[in-house]
Amino acid sequence: MVIDFSRQLHYVWALLPEIILCVSGMIILVVGVTGRYREAHLAVEGELEPGRSDDLGWLALLSLSLAAVANAWLYGVTEVGVNSMIAVDQFRLFSNWIFLLAAVLGILISFAYVYRQRLQAGEFYALILFATSGMMFMAGARDLIVVFLGLEVMSIAVYALTAFNRRDRKSAEAGLKYFLLGAFSTGFLLYGIALVYGATGSTNVAVIGEIISSGEGSRNLLSAAIALLTIGFAFKVSAIPFHMWTPDVYEGAPAPVTAWMSAAVKAAGFVAFLRVLMVGFDSMYPLWYPILWWLAAITMVGANLIALVQTNIKRMLAYSSIAHAGYLLVAIAAANETASAGMLFYLLVYTLMNMGAFAIVMSVSHHSEKRLYIDNYVGFGWAQPLLGIFLTIFLLSLAGFPGTGGFMGKIYLLLGAAESDLWALSVILVLTTVLSYWYYLRVAWVMWMKNPEVEGQYDRITVPLPMRLALLMSVGLILYVGILPSGTLEFARASIEGLGNFGGGLLGQGP
Amino acid sequence: MITEALVLSAMIFVLGTFGVLVRRNAIIMFLCIELQLNAVNLAFIAFSRLMGIDGQVFVFFVMTVAAAEAAVGLAIIISVFRHYETVNVDRFKLLRW
Repeated sequence: MVIDFSRQLHYVWALLPEIILCVSGMIILVVGVTGRYREAHLAVEGELEPGRSDDLGWLALLSLSLAAVANAWLYGVTEVGVNSMIAVDQFRLFSNWIFLLAAVLGILISFAYVYRQRLQAGEFYALILFATSGMMFMAGARDLIVVFLGLEVMSIAVYALTAFNRRDRKSAEAGLKYFLLGAFSTGFLLYGIALVYGATGSTNVAVIGEIISSGEGSRNLLSAAIALLTIGFAFKVSAIPFHMWTPDVYEGAPAPVTAWMSAAVKAAGFVAFLRVLMVGFDSMYPLWYPILWWLAAITMVGANLIALVQTNIKRMLAYSSIAHAGYLLVAIAAANETASAGMLFYLLVYTLMNMGAFAIVMSVSHHSEKRLYIDNYVGFGWAQPLLGIFLTIFLLSLAGFPGTGGFMGKIYLLLGAAESDLWALSVILVLTTVLSYWYYLRVAWVMWMKNPEVEGQYDRITVPLPMRLALLMSVGLILYVGILPSGTLEFARASIEGLGNFGGGLLGQGP
Repeated sequence: MITEALVLSAMIFVLGTFGVLVRRNAIIMFLCIELQLNAVNLAFIAFSRLMGIDGQVFVFFVMTVAAAEAAVGLAIIISVFRHYETVNVDRFKLLRW
């Protein structure tokens, strides 16, 4: 099918996955407040049979699979009229796979949590779907208006999800922090967009790119705009020094929300940032790459150092997610096709391994907010061997151990950095990775090498069927892309083609 | 004319930023964020005198989104108030800021 953006109706076809998610989110919202679901969150703890809120979860999964079908269908579509607001290119579709995967995993691991914590299931699953549609808007945005709208659709839903557990004061506090700092960073992003508009007279990323490369537009305004845009996106992807919300929010938010947002929100921020910089500002690469260089370096070093001293496992994983944002910023600083394909690949792997690790943390904490310290994992491996092996695989993959997806992801990031001659940054990436082995492997060491003080403390761990599915999916895919990465990488590479001009290589050396 | 409007917009934006960083009352911080967004709106309108209608369209989106954000944000502030009986962000002890 040919999509012609001069006809308004064709926007509907181009936005089919997003529309499916929005509509089904609203349906779930309505179903959730009717009849038998209404009292679900009022039930006394333990009395509620899980089946009630599970129905809504399966409904959300069904709509995600419908959106996946629509996303697959869009591969057969060609677009006419390049300067549309929505891009129908492979980059967007690959990013959509990441968001859909993250949402599927996020919903699968939250079934038990939702009914044990007596959360309102309808609102919970609907908000995840709304946020996912916002992420998809960001990935497909070829206009800064759409970037902004997608970012806000995603962020507002995630603010609400962070503060979702109203009985828990930590959750409310985390929601407030995330909301204030998120809205604050949106202000910077918007001011950056206003300055870009003032300098070029357009909000379309492709048009902006053409105007800037033809040498028009005030360079002062554009430099200020790039700085403000970078601040806005750096907040969303939690790069140091804009990371101060991350550990608190990840610790306070409900565990399944943390698992999902640490992967999906970051991925959405990175793909939108990548498209804006590579398509809109590629000819100003010499100006912006030192900023990204320092941001990446500080993030990698700082986050890995702070993660070393964490005792709470949710907080440790929060700092690890900041460190991973640093590795991904290397790809943006490198700004070439290899690095960008590596970034997509890494985002996919990161989604799998991070959510897998969080899924096991949730099982150990009995689908609530207890037993979240690393000391609680003493002897866990021998008590629950299968879960222990899975957690070890996730941790090794996060650390970047050969044979896992995390290792291949880091290799491709390094290849991309090498192509743009960012040697110093590559060395920092390798050294900080070695540093990160310490805190990942410490958990594994505590798990397998220490004898438990209390016998039988892991006997009551339950892993419901949906979470088993999520764990098997994550482990299987991590090992698959770790051992046979070429297929996935070819796919990522094909998704990058035709995205933009890529500024990398305009300049040879590190700062 | 445009220069004055842009200077005013920059001043309001800096004022808003400063307010978020200095004030500790969650509602005042939120008001300062709204101030930032309105500074952006002013900049868009000033630029659209030169650049055409796009900027004014953007302003409508910003206002709509700000309204949605206010709804969620105030709800979160109320839920925090129910737990702590204060909206002063310095008082929170559970999570370090």
